[in-house]
Amino acid sequence: MTRATFSIWRGDRGGGRFEDYQTDVSAGMVVLDAVHQVQAESAGDMAVRWNCKSGKCGSCSAEVNGMPKLMCMTRIDDLDLSQPVKIEPIKAFPLLKDLVTDVSWNYAVKKRIKKFKPRTPDASDGTWRISQQDVDRVQEFRKCIECFLCQDVCHVLREHNKHDEFIGPRFFVYTAALDMHPLDVEDRLEDLKKTDGIGYCNITKCCTVVCPENITITDNAIIPLKERVVDRFYDPLRLLWRKMMGK
Amino acid sequence: MTSTPDSLIRQGFGATSRSDTWWLKPLLTFGGLGAFVVYSTWAAFQAEHYHSGPYLSPFYSPELFGDSTHAWFGPKPSWWPGMIPWSPAFLILWAPGGFRLTCYYYRGAYYKSFWADPPACSVAEPRKSYRGENSLPLILQNIHRYFLYIALMFIVFLAHDTWKAMWFENAGTKSFGIGVGTIVLMLNVVFLGGYTFGCHSLRHLVGGFMNRLSKHPVRQKVYSCVSCLNKRHQVWAWCSLFWVGFSDFYVRMCSMGNWSDWRLF
Repeated sequence: MTRATFSIWRGDRGGGRFEDYQTDVSAGMVVLDAVHQVQAESAGDMAVRWNCKSGKCGSCSAEVNGMPKLMCMTRIDDLDLSQPVKIEPIKAFPLLKDLVTDVSWNYAVKKRIKKFKPRTPDASDGTWRISQQDVDRVQEFRKCIECFLCQDVCHVLREHNKHDEFIGPRFFVYTAALDMHPLDVEDRLEDLKKTDGIGYCNITKCCTVVCPENITITDNAIIPLKERVVDRFYDPLRLLWRKMMGK
Repeated sequence: MTSTPDSLIRQGFGATSRSDTWWLKPLLTFGGLGAFVVYSTWAAFQAEHYHSGPYLSPFYSPELFGDSTHAWFGPKPSWWPGMIPWSPAFLILWAPGGFRLTCYYYRGAYYKSFWADPPACSVAEPRKSYRGENSLPLILQNIHRYFLYIALMFIVFLAHDTWKAMWFENAGTKSFGIGVGTIVLMLNVVFLGGYTFGCHSLRHLVGGFMNRLSKHPVRQKVYSCVSCLNKRHQVWAWCSLFWVGFSDFYVRMCSMGNWSDWRLF
């Protein structure tokens, strides 16, 4: 058992402060355990969102020592306890109270992405045939638990507040899962360029670094989508070819 | 319980709650890329000591015009403006330079280390405005695939240089052999090949643009190979960057007589 200090943000949109709490920690504990312990011992009114405690619901997103993390998947013994452990709410979204933010913007963005549109059925009974190899490519994207850590760390949202022009890494992953699906025939490229703001991504790969599901967001979702946008809008020879063909 | 008033959103260049050495990686990247740019520019301006025996520095390959036996079309062209310094490297270095400059890996790396945009993940930036790759000049990064096409040709040229580096002239006759320089140039092709064939644009062009690759087994195999190399694109990028610089340095040292090339057989 070790005595550790946790410097936790307390406040709301009007302002706040870091408050230091001391509590006993032991092997096997995660940050969320410590936060709950602090809540039980000395801060009963501290707001913290959580649910599954097993890294699958994406509720307990926060910043631990400055890095976006799921509190339930951040082991205490991986942290330097000689210094206070700093715990803050995620920064890309409006703060509600203490460690809880309003992430509803994400749900609004998701609604406006063009839905899955399958091609005409392959068989007369209205069913399709898909190769496992083809669908494997998008399986990775379906691991997303919508913790929005990637949205939080993306400097386009976090630092530049481009929420009106940029949908963020989470929704490029969502778009990639739809757009690369072997059955899908919807055209999302114009939206990606014009309203989703894929050109704002400058490939810092921070989204990939923080993803608790280890989705290769930048290399497997964003860059392939960028390349599809290049095909349509920026490749001069393709543009010329389409012009000549009258497409 | 103690409390410290603070601002939740940290302002100002470098502001962060991160307690690790977040500055180390961008600093190393800055040093590595900066050193390469300085050395390659210096080497390109030298216009001498770029060939030694059968070896040709990759900074000067293909040597379109020049004084060595490797030159394709003879010596310095008469149309070259007198006021501009001449080097055979000037005619070709823009191509691999452009390929690396527009590479998806390097873009992310130098945006962080040279522009601090951002300096590191969840570290505050020095400026408020941001246009990304949506407008000039960075929108031009989208022509990366055209540099890729040229870079693929360069792999062929450099592989041919390696072949030529196996034939040593002795008393007017050429004999097969392998020197340390041959190995150096061969490794250069391997590293550059690993980097070029793992390019994100190539991955897209060979199959990434399709959603039903299973209908095209050959394409699918190629896509898998490129994807495999692409997983380590950063490693290939740095290995090839270092080795192409070292290859030039090796040939330069041999040409200047500072190093003797060992013939292995």
